[in-house]
Parts: sequence; structure tokens; C-alpha cells
Amino acid sequence: MEHKDYKSINKSVRKKDAMQLLLGKPVYTNDVTPDNALVVKILRSPHANAMVESINTAAAKKVPGVVDIYTWEDVPQTRFAIAGQTYPEPSPYDRLIIDRHVRFSGDAVAIVAAETEKAAEKALKLIKVKYEVLPAVSDFRTAKDNPVLVHPEEDWFPPCEVGGDPKRNLVASADEIHGDVEGIMAECDIVLERTYHTKAYNQAMMEPFTTYANFDRYGRLHVISSTQIVFHTRRILSRALGIPKSKIRVEKPRIGGGFGAKQTAVCDVYPAFVAMKTGRPARITYTREESQIAGSPRHEMEITLRMGAMKDGRIRVMDLYTLSNTGAYGEHGPTTVGLSGHKALPLYTGSLEAHRFHYDVVYTNHQAAGAYRGYGATQGIFAVESMVSELAEKLGMDATVIRDMNMIKEGMVMPAYYNEIANACALDRCMEHCRQMFNWEERSKVRDMGNGKVRTAGVAMGMQGSCISNVDVGSATLKLSEDGTYNLIIGAADMGTGCDTILAQMAAELMDCDVEDVAVFGADTDVSPYDSGSYASSTTYITGQAVVKACNELKKQICTIAAGMMNCGEEDVEFAGTCVRRIGTEQTVSLTDIAYKAQVNNTTPAETTQTHTSPVSPPPYMVGMVEIELDKLTGKVDILNYMAVVDCGIPINPALATIQTEGGIVQGIGHTLFENVTYDPSGRPIESSFMQYKIPTRLDMGRLKVEFEHSYEPTGPFGAKSIGEIVINTPGPAIAHAIYRATGKWFRELPITPEQIAMSLAEE
Amino acid sequence: MITIQKYVRAQSLEEAWQLNQNKRNRILGGMLWMRLGKSSINTAIDLCDLGLNTIEETEEAFSIGAMVTLRDLETHNGLNSYTNGAVAHAVQDIVGVQFRNLATVGGSIWGRFGFSDVLTVFLAMDTYVELYKGGIIPLEQFNNMKKDNDILVRIIVKKAPCKVVYTAMRAQRTDFPVLACAVSCLNGEYRASVGARPARAQIYRDENKLAAGAVTEENASAFAAFVAENAPTEGNVRGSAAYRTHLIRVLVKRCMLELGGI
Amino acid sequence: MEIKLKLNGKAILASVEADTVLLDFLRDHGCLSIKRGCDTSNCGLCTVLMDGKPILSCSTLAVRADGHEIYTLEGLQAEAEDFVGFIADQGADQCGFCNPGYVMNTIALLRENPDPTDEEILAFLAGNLCRCSGYDGQLRGIRNYLNSRKA
Repeated sequence: MEHKDYKSINKSVRKKDAMQLLLGKPVYTNDVTPDNALVVKILRSPHANAMVESINTAAAKKVPGVVDIYTWEDVPQTRFAIAGQTYPEPSPYDRLIIDRHVRFSGDAVAIVAAETEKAAEKALKLIKVKYEVLPAVSDFRTAKDNPVLVHPEEDWFPPCEVGGDPKRNLVASADEIHGDVEGIMAECDIVLERTYHTKAYNQAMMEPFTTYANFDRYGRLHVISSTQIVFHTRRILSRALGIPKSKIRVEKPRIGGGFGAKQTAVCDVYPAFVAMKTGRPARITYTREESQIAGSPRHEMEITLRMGAMKDGRIRVMDLYTLSNTGAYGEHGPTTVGLSGHKALPLYTGSLEAHRFHYDVVYTNHQAAGAYRGYGATQGIFAVESMVSELAEKLGMDATVIRDMNMIKEGMVMPAYYNEIANACALDRCMEHCRQMFNWEERSKVRDMGNGKVRTAGVAMGMQGSCISNVDVGSATLKLSEDGTYNLIIGAADMGTGCDTILAQMAAELMDCDVEDVAVFGADTDVSPYDSGSYASSTTYITGQAVVKACNELKKQICTIAAGMMNCGEEDVEFAGTCVRRIGTEQTVSLTDIAYKAQVNNTTPAETTQTHTSPVSPPPYMVGMVEIELDKLTGKVDILNYMAVVDCGIPINPALATIQTEGGIVQGIGHTLFENVTYDPSGRPIESSFMQYKIPTRLDMGRLKVEFEHSYEPTGPFGAKSIGEIVINTPGPAIAHAIYRATGKWFRELPITPEQIAMSLAEE
Repeated sequence: MITIQKYVRAQSLEEAWQLNQNKRNRILGGMLWMRLGKSSINTAIDLCDLGLNTIEETEEAFSIGAMVTLRDLETHNGLNSYTNGAVAHAVQDIVGVQFRNLATVGGSIWGRFGFSDVLTVFLAMDTYVELYKGGIIPLEQFNNMKKDNDILVRIIVKKAPCKVVYTAMRAQRTDFPVLACAVSCLNGEYRASVGARPARAQIYRDENKLAAGAVTEENASAFAAFVAENAPTEGNVRGSAAYRTHLIRVLVKRCMLELGGI
Repeated sequence: MEIKLKLNGKAILASVEADTVLLDFLRDHGCLSIKRGCDTSNCGLCTVLMDGKPILSCSTLAVRADGHEIYTLEGLQAEAEDFVGFIADQGADQCGFCNPGYVMNTIALLRENPDPTDEEILAFLAGNLCRCSGYDGQLRGIRNYLNSRKA
């Protein structure tokens, strides 16, 4: 199907909140909540695995301004998970608000509530804790069946069966085979087997985790939080605190970035608990260190991939095993791992005859992992794309040509992706487009620049999904106002991505009005219609389709009211943007009149709420190419140019889709070259601040260029698919490929540091 | 977070010095990384009223007050024309403009930090520090002294015949250096100042006159190898000892070649 | 102790503790544009102008502002409005949390260097971290603004 000429779709309109944000207006949690709230601080374990033998808070409680201090003895004993996922969550219920058993360096030991930050800080220093320090599981390769158990407790509870067994440190495990993997492997001319390792990268969104809680005028718990998941947070709090959902309201103001970090209720429970205990407003704001060491970063994964291919470059079979490190708690562990296979292997549906995908997800005494843009796909794609490039180089083929040969094409059934059909797939056009735009033929040549420096390029493809199929639910409420403008109310969370704006663009397109005439509000559990939340790349695709449904329904209702006003049947009128017209006549009634009529002696609402879900999760596709200059003597890699072409169906807002892509690419560059996550011998994280965890600056990313290839996804709004996550998936393998071309060395662990490069070359 | 009971803007160096004799008092520099500290300070002593925020250039020397910021160093025409931009080059990747508008020369030099680009570049030149009680002593001597309760008033860079080149290896552009390196030809003698080993910068002179006369590929390599042999390195989160030693060889040689116009 | 300063053009007299940092002082005085993004002087979110120079308010004691002039984005709305629309047109505002610091430093840049090259823009703003935009859109926005002034 072709795309039409649209009035508001595929237009680069400004984000609705842009000027507020750029002019520094107070719109974030800490700006909109009162400063008289109690300051909540957490005392954190210095040990990776320990039991709290005794804890003495007497001296700390005497600090002037300290209101109260809570320990494991004071909290409810119901285990819960803080993953923002649809109930029943695949994540195990393995947490308490404070557990006597602390499982990572940074785990909560006590909650301090004080009038001022200074008093709270002072109290933290005065709490005396005696720990029984236990041996820790520090290497995820040794976690499975380790005698040290991260979760020995008897009340560990999995709401879903995902193959977990805490007595083996296993959170999830599975094995799936399609076709005769070993038989085909035996027929192949070349079989490669390699192991790839990626780290527990931190989202490092600029706004740290922060939550405010108080009791509202109805005596209900009102939580204002920087969160992507208001409804899940309400459910999580309800279970953790043991209070009914009708007593909780969760609201998000503007969010200072999330990237998945805020798809986990990392800190929400603490001020909520304090507010309940004290009856006073309470607020917690994580320091950057807390955000780094007690947040919800990416799952560290080690992927062992076997690939069988023919001499002509045909890739016939892949066997991918993922070992995933969920850390001390299981949030998102059972689900992220799935994407490492399901959103990497299907890239080669074009030729793949058989595949096996198996995995184990293990507990360790590291910081608990969570959701991070890419959600496992990034890790799997690093392995698969690195190996395809290695295969091409081994066979003497161009790395783009081998992909032309093997890639998924439109109309194919994807056995590695739940047998979904690629109804919209322009990956082949993305490759050709990017090849031309980038001038691959010239830039991929290895060019000696003198003084030990070489320039060359690398390539990678990526995919993702557009929702969690058969799970995610999005809703939209659309209301007509008296002046013919609209209110669009959603439960999805704009965390800077611009979803408020693109959903308004959809409404404007269908209601035939200006984008400015659609006011957007989100998200508040008291006000918003139910939405799973903004994650899994689902907002454009799922909530967008709910907006489409709401527009169509509201038009009908407007026509019903108008027909009543014109004394004719509903079938005799048509919606005409600013008015409703009686078909075949000049007779119209304006939207303003209709809206006023709706408020007088009327039973047809001028508003509607519509809900959407999807049985499929159509993948967006992308090609990324990077040009680097590599200094063979220092090992330094400079990114010169990164170009990408994305098939997201159609970008609803090309400017915002471009920025999403560029932002994702630069995060990926950071993971590949600078950002590391390591622990010292005592199990403490080393990269616990921006002084040590080095995200890219604007001097580290070269120049970017992003363009789009359109496809038409029949199940998406206006043919659209997702954009938010896929964009982080190509830098790892593309840069690793470029580094190989410059050095002749494959690096299979990220980040690839200058030291690794220089020292491996110096050995020669 | 550092806690501070009292703040005093000293009206004379003597007042500042007197206050600074109490161990619980502290002289303020640029105040960066305050939130990282855990100490509890009785009186914070600020030198900002003492006119130490200027760079004075005479025929013989640059006199750089302790409160001069790194940004002042970066943008000072005289200093950068004398060093052919090496001073600006040394500081321009330190975090950001806002940071460099706060960080002071006095704080950087007094701290004798291992990672210091500032210390590294000034050690390559004919540089002295003026201490309130200790008088004017060579920077090299000061660099190896234990910290005491004296006050660093200014640093003095004598306009000796000097060519200096600066380079540092950073993985991410505004990070601490993995290795910092300034090589100079000062009064006809080559010397390399190597910092972030990760210990503080030290000077390695071309004692064996390896590079006497014009710089060549060969003698640049030979001097770089000499420095690499003599400069102790260690490992930390930014790099291993072996990598740092490797970098010394690479960077000292590159600096030498640049000095020689090759 | 008592301090006297000019905040966004207005003289104010305030009592602060010796270790109050300027960031907290300014937020307490209604300048909520200023954000804290780190504790290590690395992110640039808290950038304000002190006597016209961009500094990190997280790393400056409030007492040090005594006798000085401080501007925050609250006080420079018109100067910001001149160019931020070009950044909005790129969609590069994104989550917005880094915007006030980045806009303040851009103001400082353009005052010092009204016609910077791309390289000069990148170098001057290097201390302003952004995790959303990938930076290029911010650069394009400033470039478009500069071009519009020449047109």
C-alpha cells in the first residue's frame, strides 16, 4: 500500500513541550513538587552479599531533623518485582522494600526520612550495621549451579513459568530449535563459532531517578514520579505496600530521559513508604552515583554463536546461546534474553534454513539489570552482525553484498520471529540507500593517513519490534472542546521522545485540524485511559493505533450529535473538519455548535476512549555505516561519520525520528568505545559516576546523517512501525567491523578500548 | 559532600596563612569535586580578594596568580604565543568551559594531581612557584615536596628559550588523560614531562644527549625509548602500566617530531 | 552568613550557610531551570553565568557569589528565545533536562564569539552532556540560527 499525501503526518512539527523545555520552565518532578517534603535517603550495603546481623539506628535518630529511620524489621514481608511489565509479570517476585539479606553493593539497608538533606546525610553516617559477609557470585559465567545462592529464600515467587530455579541461580532458561540445525551445519562449507560479550551499560539519562509521594485531599497516596509506567507503578506499589489500588494515584510530569531505566520502579516505593509511615510528603532524588549503582542497567550478556555458511556467502544455519546476567534481582531478566535471539536471527530469514536459540538467565551479586533501549536485541545483533561481517571478510566478500544475499525481504515468513510475516520491510532499500549516501565503495577502503593512522568503514544491520505482541495495551481518550479543539489524553509516557506530539499529529490528521488544536495530557492513573506504558517501542504503533480508533469513533459520535441537530439520520451527514455537513446539501453545523450542543440536554458523549493491542510486532529495520580513523599506535578510534537509513514504516515526525536515531547511535558509540562497567575485587562497581562512566561528548561522535526508506505496515497507524529502540543496535557491530578492517583484529567484547587495540597491534 | 563551618575572604596573605595553620581549615581553589569530598572543614579560606587572578607578562616572565583559571590560561595570547599554543592545548580538553572557568592554576598545581595536564605542561618549561613563606622555588622541586601549610601565591614561567609541545591520550575527549605528555627543548636541552602515569608528572631530561642537534626519526625514537624506560608507570581503571609505557614511547616520539618540525 | 548579589538583574540579600552550593541557593530562590545531573562537575546541567562567564553552579559555594552578578535562564529568556526555536525545529530539545545548561552555555558562546565555526561550537559546548539527542541536532539548530542572522 502507498502512503498518501498527509497534512500532519510525516511532518516535522515542533514538540509540544519544546519551548517550555528549552526555556527552562519548571516541569520535572523536583520542580513541580513542594520543597517541604521529607528528604528520603537510603543507606546502602558496601558488600556484594551479606546478612544484616544487627542494625542500630539510635544515634542516627537523634540527629536534629531526622524524622524516622526504617530497617528490614519495619517493612511488609510480601515479595514483589519492580519491573514495569504487564501482569502476570515474567519477572520473579524476589524483592522486599528492605531485605535483611543484601545482595549487591548498593542494596538498600535502611531508609532515612529527614527534614533536610544535611540531616539525612548525617544520619546515614551514624547508622551502625553489623554484617555477616557472605561469599558472592561475581562472575556470571560461574553463577549457574554455584553453591552460593543469590536467592535462597523460600518465598521466591515466579508469576509466570519461565524456566527459573533459584536453587540453581537461574531466573529463566529455554531452548528452541527450528529445522535440522546439526544436519545443515554438517553440510556447510564454513562454520564459525565465536563468543561475544557486552556489558551492563547504564542508561545515564540526565535526570536521575526521582519520586515524590504525599496524601492527597481524599487521603489517597499521590505519587509523582519520573516514570515511563504509571499504571504498572500503581500495581507495584499496591502489592509492595499492601494497599488497594483505589488508594493510589501515580502521575508523571515531564521526564528527563528514560531509555528504559524508568520502566522499572527503581525508587518509587521508598518515599511512598515514608509518606505512609509519617503521613507527610516525602521525596527521594537519587544521586548520580545511586543512579549508576542501584538503577536498572542493561543485562550483561555473553553470546556464543555458531554459524554455518557456504563458500558463496549463503548463511544457512545459526545456533545462538545467550548467557544473561540479571544481577541481584530478576527484573526484565526472562524477557530481555528472548530478544537476543528473536530480534537478531530473523535478519537473515532470507537464507536461514534452520536455527537454534537457547539461553540461561542467571542471578549474580551485581546491580540488578533492567530495561534499556534495545532490550537484548542490541546484544544479539552485536554477535550476529559481527559474525556476518567476519564471514564476509573470510570469504573475501563485500560486507554489504553478503547481507544483500541473505537478508530478510518483504513478504517472508520469519521462523525465528514467531512465524510473523514481514509485511513491511525495506531493509534491502535501506542497504542500497545507505551504500550510496555513505559512498561505501570508497569509504570502506582502508586508507593510510600517515603517522600510524588509517581510515576505513564498517557496516551493520538492525531490527527491533514495535510492541510486545498479544500483551501491550494502549488507549487514548479524545474529547471535543467547545471551540472545536480537542483534548487527547494518554497513559503512555513522553520521556522526551516526542510521543505526545506525534500522537497529536495523528489526531490532527484524522480530525482534519491543526496539530496545535490537539492538546495532549499524559500520564496520570486517575485521568489517563489504561496504557501499558512507554516501552518496547510500542507507543507509536500501539497507542498510535488507539488514537486512530478514538478519532474514528469520535467522528461518528460528532456526526450523531450533528444529525440530531439537523434532524436527519446519521447516514446522511459527513464529518468535514471544522463542521459536519449534510451530504448533498449546503447545510452544516460547526464543531463549536456541536460541542455546545453536547453540553446541553444530550446523551451522546463528545468524547471517547479507545483501546488497542496487536497480535504482531512488526520489526523496523535499519542499516548503519560508520567511518573511523584509527590510530594504530595509541589505539584511539575517532568516529568521523555515522550514516544510517531506517525503515520505520513512515516517520510520523521526520525531525523527531531523526533525533531518535541520532541519539541511539551516539549511545551505541558510547557503549562500543567508552562506557565500561567493572567491579573491584570486593564487588563494588567502579564506574559509579560521570567521572568514571564516560558517555560520549559532542566531540566524540563525528557527524551524523540519517535518512529513511518508507514501507507500509498494514497493522500500524498510517503504516508506521517503531523507531525508539532499533536505533541503538548498529554501532557496536559496525564499529567493531571498521576496527577489524583497520587492524585485522576482531574485538568481541565491548567496549573496545584504545588499550586493547594498541596492545594487540604492538604484540605483532 | 564536604561540610564547611565558616567562610573567610582573606584580606591579606598573612591572614590567609595564619588561618591555614589550623589543620581543619582549608584554602579554596576552584571548588570542583566538592561533593566528592567527605571532610569537614572548619574555615574555608578564599584568596579571591587578593588580586591573584591575573596573568602578568614582562620581558622576562609570565607571572600567573594562583586564582587564575584554566580558561584564562587557555585564552591568554602572550602565554600561548610563547608556548605556540601548548598551554591552551594542555587545558582545552579538561571537562568543559564552565569547569575551566572555575578550576584555578593554584588548585591544579598545589594538588599535584597525577592526572594534571596543567602540572605536566608547566613542568616542561622553566617554571617556578612562589610560596608565601617558602619563597620562589622551581616547580620541579615543589612537585616533589610534601604538602604543608604554606600558600601558593603564583607561578612564574621564565621566558627562557623554549619550544614546547603538548599531547595527551584520552579515550573520551574530556576525560582524564590516560597519559599526558609535554616535550620541550629548554635552553637547548630536551626534556619530557610525563603525567598521568598515573602518578603525578615528572621530568625526564635527555641526559645522554640522544637528541642533541636536529631532531630525526631515529633520535626521537631513542629519546622516547629512554623516557619510557625511566618513567615508572602503573595500572588503574584507565589503562595498564604496559599500555602507559607503550604510550610514552608513542607520544614522546610524536612530540619530538613535532618539535623538530618533522 | 549574609551575602549580597545581583540575581537576574535584581539585587538580593540573603543568609546562607558556608557550605551551601550556588545550585541549591538558586533553586531555593526560584531559579528552577537549574538542574543537578551529577556530583562530579561533569555534566554542565547546572551552568549559570557569573559576571558573564559560564560556571558550574554545583561546584561553586553560594558565598563565593557574594558581590557578584549571577544570571540564570530565568533572567535571559529573551536572549534565549532568539535562537532556541531553531533547536526546537530540529526536535533536539528531547527530554529537556540538559537544555537550560546547554542554552546558558550557548548564550555565553555567542556573546564571546558571535559567529563561531562548527568546531568552535562543539569545543565550547563540550562540557554540556546530553544523552538524548546525539548532539548533531543541537549543532544544526545553532547553525541554522547563525545562518538566519546572515540572511
